[in-house]
Amino acid sequence: MVKKRLIPCLDVAGGRVVKGVRFESLRDVGDPVELAERYSELGADELVFLDIAASIEGRGPILELVERAAECLTVPFTAGGGVARLEDARALLRAGADKVAINRAAVDDPSLLARLADEFGSQAVVCAVDSRRGEVVTHGGRNGRGLGTVEWAREAVRRGAGELLVTSIDADGTRDGYDLELTGAIAAAVRVPVIASGGAGQASHLADAFAVGAEAALVASIVHERPERLRELKAELKEAGWAVRI
Amino acid sequence: MLADYGAGNTRSVCAALARAGAEPVVSTEPAEIREAPLVVIAGVGHVASAARGLAPVEEALRQRVTAGRPILGICVGMQLLFEESDEGGRGLGLLAGPVRRLEARRVPHMGWNALAPARDSRLLDGLEGEDVYFAHSFAVEPFGDVAIAHVDHEGAVVAAIESGSLAGVQFHPERSGAAGARLLENALAWSRSA
Repeated sequence: MVKKRLIPCLDVAGGRVVKGVRFESLRDVGDPVELAERYSELGADELVFLDIAASIEGRGPILELVERAAECLTVPFTAGGGVARLEDARALLRAGADKVAINRAAVDDPSLLARLADEFGSQAVVCAVDSRRGEVVTHGGRNGRGLGTVEWAREAVRRGAGELLVTSIDADGTRDGYDLELTGAIAAAVRVPVIASGGAGQASHLADAFAVGAEAALVASIVHERPERLRELKAELKEAGWAVRI
Repeated sequence: MLADYGAGNTRSVCAALARAGAEPVVSTEPAEIREAPLVVIAGVGHVASAARGLAPVEEALRQRVTAGRPILGICVGMQLLFEESDEGGRGLGLLAGPVRRLEARRVPHMGWNALAPARDSRLLDGLEGEDVYFAHSFAVEPFGDVAIAHVDHEGAVVAAIESGSLAGVQFHPERSGAAGARLLENALAWSRSA
């Protein structure tokens, strides 16, 4: 049986890791590849690099970072943030990312997901879905899209997404737990793996997300503060009977 | 030696092979692909686009097989050793059997999963029960006894094969931590004696 995954997410801007609380007030927390290697040693099953400043600063910093990560890391990683065209995805995958995350560009043009899946295989295509009160939002949560999140999740998978990264903007940064209603509804609606994101504060929150059908859980601020927390979370989940890789 | 056909994971496979003690070279040169001590077909992506990319070196690969020199296929690189695929497209047909879409509640089969050896193989030495990383929606269904390990994803899925000078793994050793490193070290040792 495939193990439940813990995935530290590194929000990067200008080549550094930052983490926003409710997507605002960014704090600088370190070098992305150094941090990623540390997480890998501590048992990270995968990593995500999200370039949250891509559209402002161009794509140079993230490509350089992906090349370094591809050579240093021995666990898989996803790169995303500002991926607008097939060529952006190709550049990230050629640089060594295992998967690319597409968010706004897929909402703008869902056919992009099909083109990506045809070219790179759906296992390399992660559709990042940001949701506020059941509605798809883009632009870091600022723009409502008038589209139901579960409806969009189904559509994204039908088009070719091989995995969904579901972030509840309502729960993000709160540490009160993942949005279980949203996570569960989407996990039940699609047949690809769902990654729960936004709101992790303790091991039981991850367990709750797994219990409603998530295959993986994204963690950020709780592990950025103290990376050893990652190893503890996995130990606590194993203790609670979940199949995790120790 | 890596057969270069535009696969995304060329860089990470090269880095992992170098860590395992090899001196990897990326090439599309038929003579090099014929003669190298080991050819690795590193694969991610759609099997049809991978097969297209591999077409220029296909003849060199066939000559290599005839001469009994070792080839290791990784993920789609392993699927390319087989015949027609449900994904659309066809592999090299060096081994008999189709590539079928996975039937499970969650597809792609994505994440770390334990290897269950099907028989003794030096490729899998020290890897029994180890978790390795999978990311695939299709899997080989070989005719004949070439599977050396399975993985459980709502049923047994072929995780590794070996047949003469051909070997393949469905998982990604370059992304499978210490277990993946071990597989590549084993593969280098296997290639020296294959």
